[in-house]
Amino acid sequence: MVVDLPFIWAGIIAFAVLAYVIMDGFDLGVGILFPFFPEKHDRDVMMNSVAPVWDGNETWLVLGGGGLLAVFPLAYATILPALYAPLIVMLLALIFRGVAFEYRWRTKRAEHLWDLSFIFGSTVAAFSQGVALGALVQGIPVVDRAYAGGWWDWLTPFSLLTGVALVVGYALLGATWLVMKTSGRLAIKARRIALRTAGATILAMGLVSLWTPFLNPLFLERWFGWPNMLYSGIVPLGVAGCFYLLLRGLLKRRDVLPFVAALGLFVLGFIGIGISFYPYIVPTSVTIHEAAAPDESLLFLLVGAVVLVPLILAYTAYAYWVFRGKVDPHEGYH
Amino acid sequence: MIENLDALLLARIQFAFTVSFHIIFPAFTIGLASYLAVLEGLWLWTKREVYLEVFNFWKTIFALSFGMGVVSGIVMSYQFGTNWSVFSDKAGPVIGPLMGYEVLSAFFLEAGFLGIMLFGLNRVGKGLHFFATIMVAVGTLGSAFWILSVNSWMQTPAGFAMNDVGQFVPVDWWAAIFNPSFPYRLLHMVLAAYLTTALVVGAVGAWHLLQGRARERAGIMFSMAMWMLTVVAPLQIAAGDLHGLNTLEHQPIKVMAMEGHYESHPEGAPLILFGIPNTAEQRIDYAVQIPKLSSLILLHDLNAPLDGLDTIPRELHPPVPIVFWSFRIMVGLGTAMAILGLWSLWARRRGHLFTNRPLLRMALVMGPMGFVAVLAGWITTEVGRQPWTVYGHLLTADSVSPIAAPAVAASLVAFIVVYFAIFGAGTFYILRLMGRLPDDPDEDLKDAPLRTAGITPGPPNPRRHEEALHGR
Ligand code: HDD
Ligand code: HEM
Ligand code: HEM
Repeated sequence: MVVDLPFIWAGIIAFAVLAYVIMDGFDLGVGILFPFFPEKHDRDVMMNSVAPVWDGNETWLVLGGGGLLAVFPLAYATILPALYAPLIVMLLALIFRGVAFEYRWRTKRAEHLWDLSFIFGSTVAAFSQGVALGALVQGIPVVDRAYAGGWWDWLTPFSLLTGVALVVGYALLGATWLVMKTSGRLAIKARRIALRTAGATILAMGLVSLWTPFLNPLFLERWFGWPNMLYSGIVPLGVAGCFYLLLRGLLKRRDVLPFVAALGLFVLGFIGIGISFYPYIVPTSVTIHEAAAPDESLLFLLVGAVVLVPLILAYTAYAYWVFRGKVDPHEGYH
Repeated sequence: MIENLDALLLARIQFAFTVSFHIIFPAFTIGLASYLAVLEGLWLWTKREVYLEVFNFWKTIFALSFGMGVVSGIVMSYQFGTNWSVFSDKAGPVIGPLMGYEVLSAFFLEAGFLGIMLFGLNRVGKGLHFFATIMVAVGTLGSAFWILSVNSWMQTPAGFAMNDVGQFVPVDWWAAIFNPSFPYRLLHMVLAAYLTTALVVGAVGAWHLLQGRARERAGIMFSMAMWMLTVVAPLQIAAGDLHGLNTLEHQPIKVMAMEGHYESHPEGAPLILFGIPNTAEQRIDYAVQIPKLSSLILLHDLNAPLDGLDTIPRELHPPVPIVFWSFRIMVGLGTAMAILGLWSLWARRRGHLFTNRPLLRMALVMGPMGFVAVLAGWITTEVGRQPWTVYGHLLTADSVSPIAAPAVAASLVAFIVVYFAIFGAGTFYILRLMGRLPDDPDEDLKDAPLRTAGITPGPPNPRRHEEALHGR
């Protein structure tokens, strides 16, 4: 059998996007939670807990986007114009929050301004990512290798719901991250917030999951057709399990478990979306195979990916390991 | 039709605006990352604390400009799709994997080790920290390698074929990566980044020497920067010359625009030093020129014939005045840099490098000129290849996304407002940091309350402060 390169690449891109969502998810989440921690000391610690890793986290977004250009150029060339407004807003929001990591320490007078920029940027970036996701799930019409819809197609009740859902979900990731990385009053407060956002996240996931199958007959068949249901049923079961572990971890005052369980929720939600999408990459207009670049392109980059992605994972893990444990409030080069 | 034209023009302005902002940061961080690695190496080798002080001073500035480079770069990597979707669909199979390698081999390397470099000295120890600093520097050079390969492929495409849906598909990766203009462009750009950094470092050193503060640290910066200029500025002129010859071979129309050669010169073309390009009349008004020199420079023969723009259909002309001027700005600044380098060499010989006030003042004025030269160079390159995106194969007008003009106009305005506000603030913070050399005893007394509040990058650690005092 010949290896199916487009399929392998779909897996790698999906992995990159997932890695982005969970890694930048918690550091965007920390930004979303800033308003609940008005004290400077708390904010310093929160920022320092993600400062050494945020740039690496965001690089997965570049791999997700740039990778799409390399291996599924047609998808890149139709999805990005279709989502023009939410993507531009996301990029601008990422600027506001990205610079806050440095600027905030460079001024006393305008510190609160950069705190605002961090909050606003993180929240808006999360929201527009959610909107973009929702708009993608709804489907994007393509004619003659070009986006063929209108300029406001992305704006629907469904995409607004996914926007809010992602903000809530990132807030949960951020809160459980803080439970893991901080101590004292800050951690206690984070635990309280985590409990609330956990409930809200489950609610949002439920709403989105119930709505999705009715957007498109294909999704309905995928989820509720027989015997598909035997497999697709595993996802909700897994979600219930993760939710249980999450609550248990929070109530039993475990530090790491809640974060891991929250990650689990995201992974399962992501798998759910994958189930809906397959075999499309631009639902429901372009399939993985139609969008794929020629095999020479796929193979050339695959060689690099096979060597480099494990290496990247290794030194990323090392960077996280160097900064393991609770944040020391007195550390940081600033 | 008119509507489409507007959308195209807006998309071009937006791309030019965002990429011009982006390049400012890499041009500085590529050089600074290498400089930091050298400083840390010197510190480990000589064990002189003063190198660590200089390292820490520039490290904070690096962190700021790197952050700005990252966020403006992410915008770039999405803009190909949002605004140049037809180009992306067609060229993606060739340039996409190259950019993919950039992400995999360079961006992750920088980002992965940046945290350790900035925050980790106490956690990982000196050796590993030095390693992290080197990895960041290698990463920045790797970025330059891949992205310049992409850009050069668009200028001088090679190693590809066309498939039946009109995509460029790779045939020979080696030929595509090492396309004809790439080695020259890479060399020229990396040298440009080193020059830009040297000019900034030199200007900061000169500023503090002029103020008579922190002599040891400022002297180290100034001396290192001037060595760099002395050696690299002449190299850059040579590299630029080679680059131009290469362009003459592959993009002769661009060279006609750079030289202002509207007319053909069958018996040796003049070198036009200055003049005012007149597009309507297709000639250079008030030209100041040296007969036959252009033929000598470009073809090494006084009488060699050179074709002019009159041999090219009007619709394939790039906007000549822009290219003509930006090229002269770049070359003029390159010459000024070489003069500064030679002057510093002379002052060094005479033993008054640190006290020659006119020299220090010139170094100060030249501080930002690397950025100006880089932008001028890129404008020459990019405007000079118009009207093509993939030279000779895909027109700019055929590359653009089918996005309505109002949408592009709105995003363009948003980019302009946000970039000036955000990067303006960042530049202000960088300039302020540059004005404060840490651990200067006098300043410390003055700044003490601010420092504890965390405004300056100075280490709060009192022992290091002691060492700094003893170091002088
Ligand atoms: C510090 C920056 C700097 C300096 C001092 C110079 N250049 Fe330059 N030049 C660049 C920075 C640059 C650049 C930004 O790196 C460009 C833009 C694209 C590229 O490949 O390099 C460039 C492009 C560029 C091109 C266009 C190549 C093309 O796209 O076809 C030519 C012919 C030259 N340069 C020649 C010169 C000469 C003869 C110089 C002599 C003084 C010179 N440059 C100084
Ligand atoms: C970073 C320094 C760069 C600067 C300052 C720069 C500048 C410009 C300018 C001024 C234009 C507009 C030209 C015109 O419309 O007349 C342009 C267009 C463009 N450049 Fe560059 N460029 C840079 C690097 C790159 C690189 C590295 C790439 C590719 C990877 C690239 C790809 C393009 C594309 C696709 C366009 C749009 C199409 C066009 O108008 O030609 N540029 N750039
Ligand atoms: C239009 C073309 C370009 C695109 C799409 C692009 C894309 C990017 C992206 C996505 C990043 C952020 C990486 C991260 O997340 O860490 C970045 C940073 C960087 N880029 Fe660009 N870039 C372009 C032009 C250039 C050019 C012309 C150079 C240099 C010759 C360059 C060199 C760098 C470097 C050294 C960095 C990292 C350092 C820094 O952030 O200052 N890029 N670029």
